[in-house]
Amino acid sequence: MKISKSIKIKLFREMLRIRLIEQTIASKYHEAEMRCPVHLSVGQEAIAVGVCQNLKKNDKIVTAHRSHAHYLAKGGSIKKMLGELYGKVTGCAKGLGGSMHLIDLNAGVFAAVPIVGSTIPIGTGIAWANKLKKKKEIVAAFFGDGATEEGVFFESLDFASLHDLPILFVCENNEYSVYSHISKRQSSKRSISKIANSFGIESLQIDGNNIEDIFLETKKIIDKVKSKSKPFLIELKTFRYLEHCGPNNDDKLNYRTNKYLNLWKKKCPIINYQHHLKKYNYLTTKEIEKMNMKIRAEIFHAFNFAKKSKFPEKILLKKYIYA
Amino acid sequence: MLKNIKKITLAESIREALVLSMKKNDNVILVGLGVDDPKGIFGTTKDIDKIFKKERVFDFPTAENAMTGISIGASLLGMKPVIVHQRVEFSLLSLEQIINQAAKWFFMNGGTKSVPLVIRLIIGRGWGQGPQHSQSLEAIFAHIPGLKVISLSTPYNAKGLLISSIEDKNPVIIFEHRWLHEIQGEVPKKYYKIPLGKAKVVKKGTDITLVSSSYMVIECLRSAKILKSYSIDVEVVDIQSLRPLDIQTIMNSVKKTKKAIIVDNGGINFGISSEIIARLYENFSNKEKSICKIERIGPPDNPIPSTRELAKYCYPNYLDIIKKTEKLLKKKFKNLEKYKDNIPLDQPNKDFMGPF
Repeated sequence: MKISKSIKIKLFREMLRIRLIEQTIASKYHEAEMRCPVHLSVGQEAIAVGVCQNLKKNDKIVTAHRSHAHYLAKGGSIKKMLGELYGKVTGCAKGLGGSMHLIDLNAGVFAAVPIVGSTIPIGTGIAWANKLKKKKEIVAAFFGDGATEEGVFFESLDFASLHDLPILFVCENNEYSVYSHISKRQSSKRSISKIANSFGIESLQIDGNNIEDIFLETKKIIDKVKSKSKPFLIELKTFRYLEHCGPNNDDKLNYRTNKYLNLWKKKCPIINYQHHLKKYNYLTTKEIEKMNMKIRAEIFHAFNFAKKSKFPEKILLKKYIYA
Repeated sequence: MLKNIKKITLAESIREALVLSMKKNDNVILVGLGVDDPKGIFGTTKDIDKIFKKERVFDFPTAENAMTGISIGASLLGMKPVIVHQRVEFSLLSLEQIINQAAKWFFMNGGTKSVPLVIRLIIGRGWGQGPQHSQSLEAIFAHIPGLKVISLSTPYNAKGLLISSIEDKNPVIIFEHRWLHEIQGEVPKKYYKIPLGKAKVVKKGTDITLVSSSYMVIECLRSAKILKSYSIDVEVVDIQSLRPLDIQTIMNSVKKTKKAIIVDNGGINFGISSEIIARLYENFSNKEKSICKIERIGPPDNPIPSTRELAKYCYPNYLDIIKKTEKLLKKKFKNLEKYKDNIPLDQPNKDFMGPF
């Protein structure tokens, strides 16, 4: 299947937009106005964009601590996201949740929490309700390689398979849980995608930095999840550019070898895709510059909005304990 | 008896609440290990799967944490899952989803969406059930803002409180005592609600207040009956709602009688009785602080052993409450021995021959 020019440009633009937003957060973090942990998605944009471009507005996603890319790719409001990072009442959770609790029901972003693996069952439950209510919508549950070590991962796979739930499990495998490499956490004989198979769930490994592969493969898979009401798991190897939590590069800590870093830095999903689009004349340098300018203007306004917004009033401390 | 009231057991009254709620709201579903099995969770869900379609009653995998998360997810799309665990202890596997997720969902999303979920927990006791089948862990849940914690004590309040819990928009934890499933009481046939967050004065009196919940309310009422023959007029308050706690009703009673025993169903250290006494003193005037005398009773500070020979030291009963009353009132009641019922402490009644 071929990808049209307009879709190619959209895929690129979406990735670039997320990258620029994350980089702006990183550059402004030292101002100490965004006083909450940030787990930036730099380097992992292709997965969020490739999957979410195949989801409809009413489809839902759940995600974890590194959720900015998923939230933005699914159509979550940038203003509300930044408002949340600044702890303002205009934030998507009125400042009560912070960077690790992004939500935008209008865009189908239903949950993001930092306890590893904990939204996997919640996403499974949303898919279950979709099935019980005979809705044709699906859920995509994003999680990392660390989450596949949690009990709820296995428990949820079993239930999703048992009840044929329309859910796409998306495992972003960046090989690191904070500083702990996957080889220290999982047996080399273990395979995340084969774990799914043992529950009777089909799976596929996809290059997590190749936007077109992700887009095309998940398009087929999502059609299947929807039409057959079956769960599916995709595992995508990828690379986190910055530190686990925070705005900085932490390569000097040497927990990842130079060889590893150099290999992955050649695989930047955005730079590589930009080369491709330029090489085959989908975009000119000038058009890319224009695109950059437009995105930067949007980001500038969104940051201004967040900074100028008010902090929540004390009354909110008690207002949302009970519905 | 009136036509619209009948005498049923607490288990039957729970079943009625579930069936009526499911008839009223198509989104109410029952989930739990064995919820549709031949015994139907001590009769509380028996044959409900035969009344409704298969999509309403779900046996589930022994995966308590994920099943709680899955129920949270379903509730976000408007379902009303009622989870049941056959013993309190199984729910401990799901504390992550209950405490981190369900309890905080509404708050941490800035009031965007709440989790309307009911979790029924059954407290075991006696017949050698031992350390992991006999815990009253209400205090763990009552500690958490965002949860509501309810404790059932009679067939009447079981039905009304469960119906209210199912209608509530928040996660509600309901404690049922296994020894109460078979007790009988008069229950209206209709769908009725008892508001959450309210205590109830179940017996009026003037000399001393007994404050309790769950099974220990029964022991309080027994002691009140005996104390009456010693001319002591006891008031008994059933807490019913541990969170939110209706401290006002308890306070009004204690201010009136000036003497109170808080009879804890669970361990007293860092427990429900600790909280009630602290709140009373926080709200007392200086004069009330000096006049009011408050004591508490609860299981001792050790795990519950299996052997009946040692378990008998772990459950205070009506006689212990009476002895504590003697101390508080500075009285000595003669011939108390005649009120001993000689039922072993590990049996709910003489006829019970186990197992649970």
